[in-house]
Amino acid sequence: MFMHRVVVVLSLVSGAAIAAGPNLGQPLSHAELAAWDINVLPDGTGLPKGSGTAAQGAPIYAQKCAACHGEQGKGGISAALVGAPPMKGMDSPKTIANFWPYSTTLFDFIRRAMPFTQPRSLSDDEVYALTAYILVQNKLIGERDLMNAQTLPKVKMPNRDGFIPRFPEKM
Amino acid sequence: MTDIAPVAGNGLLDRRAFLRAGGILITGYVVNPAAAEPLSEAAWSKEPGTVVPAYGTPSKYEKAVVRTLSNPNGEPRNQHARTPHQQLQGIVTPNGLHFTISHGGNAEIDPTQHRLAIHGLVKRPLVFTVDALSRYPLVSRFTFLECGGNSAPLFSPEPIQASVQALHGLASCAEWTGVPVSVLLEEAGVDPKAKWLVAEGADAPHLSRSFPLGKALDDAMVALYQNGERLMPGQGYPMRLLLPGWEGNMNVKWLRRLQLTDQPGMTYYESRTYAQILPGGKAYQFYFVQEVKSFITHPSPGIGLKGAGLYEISGLAYSGNGRIARVMVSADGGQTWAQAALQEPVLPKAFTRFRIPWQWNGGPAVLQSRAWDEGGNAQPTRAQIVAVRGETSKPPPVLAFPSQHYNGPTSWAIDASGGVRHVYA
Repeated sequence: MFMHRVVVVLSLVSGAAIAAGPNLGQPLSHAELAAWDINVLPDGTGLPKGSGTAAQGAPIYAQKCAACHGEQGKGGISAALVGAPPMKGMDSPKTIANFWPYSTTLFDFIRRAMPFTQPRSLSDDEVYALTAYILVQNKLIGERDLMNAQTLPKVKMPNRDGFIPRFPEKM
Repeated sequence: MTDIAPVAGNGLLDRRAFLRAGGILITGYVVNPAAAEPLSEAAWSKEPGTVVPAYGTPSKYEKAVVRTLSNPNGEPRNQHARTPHQQLQGIVTPNGLHFTISHGGNAEIDPTQHRLAIHGLVKRPLVFTVDALSRYPLVSRFTFLECGGNSAPLFSPEPIQASVQALHGLASCAEWTGVPVSVLLEEAGVDPKAKWLVAEGADAPHLSRSFPLGKALDDAMVALYQNGERLMPGQGYPMRLLLPGWEGNMNVKWLRRLQLTDQPGMTYYESRTYAQILPGGKAYQFYFVQEVKSFITHPSPGIGLKGAGLYEISGLAYSGNGRIARVMVSADGGQTWAQAALQEPVLPKAFTRFRIPWQWNGGPAVLQSRAWDEGGNAQPTRAQIVAVRGETSKPPPVLAFPSQHYNGPTSWAIDASGGVRHVYA
């Protein structure tokens, strides 16, 4: 009985701490969040089921990406996706192969933002296939390599260690 | 002409000269010899005026006071709209003139359908409506916002001839009102493993940026109001993340989601776009802070001087590290300096207006300002920045972003006709 009363007091204290706001948020289940739960972290956290290869990605690229990024990723009205010019200073173009530190960013960004006029229209398999296609074009994976939640985070980008946090004390 | 003794070379006067009670300027008063025209009743004084509108807009005579657009036809790329500093005064940017960069257009969001989700490494994942957030105890603060790429033309090895709007127009200041992120995180219950938040917008690019938990618990806000009214669409209506003093792109607009994580997302904008290549090929990452900076807005290119005489030099100073402590102004290209007056209020991480009187003798002059913040941080010289960050090999287009986070001084050369040119000094 005594123990029970102690527990009640503790929970009241905890409730008081939370009461800084009026508690108007509604509980959100994972199922309810699912359509928005699209962040992919560099260690692969958040990568969905599914897979794709460059061979599957090539026709999708030709249909949905080439109009802006050029044939085979060589560039058009939007940035080139293929190539690794030497990085010397601020005049050097930042490309996937010479600059991007993590392969997961490619999947994350294609899925959330591309194609520019129809974001979120690609299936996860299509995003994996396009990711594989761009990585193959850049010779960062083998032509037949399958990209999925296990293989993609293991793709080591050439410039992984090319960065200096400007304010590490604030991180 | 005045008889006030200059306090620095080329005619800079004591910053208090305009503020003292009358006398000091009156002693120097000389009657203007040009006769005035006779005054008369104008047409607008002889009949009633127009109907008062429900939502006021500036005078039709102010139509030229607008933002400049980088992509006015909305081609499939980003769009910038720059603030016309040379036509504004004080420290508050009017809502319609606040700078905007949109990476996929301005989302048109129905506020009744908008939601903010907080999830990830929290004890209680939560979702909020706009109405729910509007019921929270709100806080207001004046905060500048600045694109990391503001002032990027000054990485050019030669001064690019452009207005202060073109060079520095991707910075603005407003009073923002909203809910502290810390309050919402307390309700969600932060898991001890959480170190970062990944913020995401509801716009077409679903723009995402990561920021450390420490900033979230310090002064981050979910902003709902801008200068008293609901956010403008270009500022993220109905809600945006506000990270006072930090890189503009991190202040995610149309905010719909905050995921707490144990690592940064290494999103496109933080791992690629807003990472700055250094000489030698390494790159800065997570620059976060918009460091101490100042520039003169009056006079500036396009708003020159009309004859020798007494002028006020004024401009803007700000620091993402706190309050502005001091602004020094030179009229001789940095050889001698005078302290400018700081117009109240002087607020942390907000624009501060500085002013100093100047007796222009009609000869060549080079105006420049430098600011210090309360943390003792000095606005660096251009040479100091170039030594660490480099510069472009040839002048880039004025709208290009060869790099970011340029906070060096800007120098305006005055010629004998009163025209103003951008120079390096």
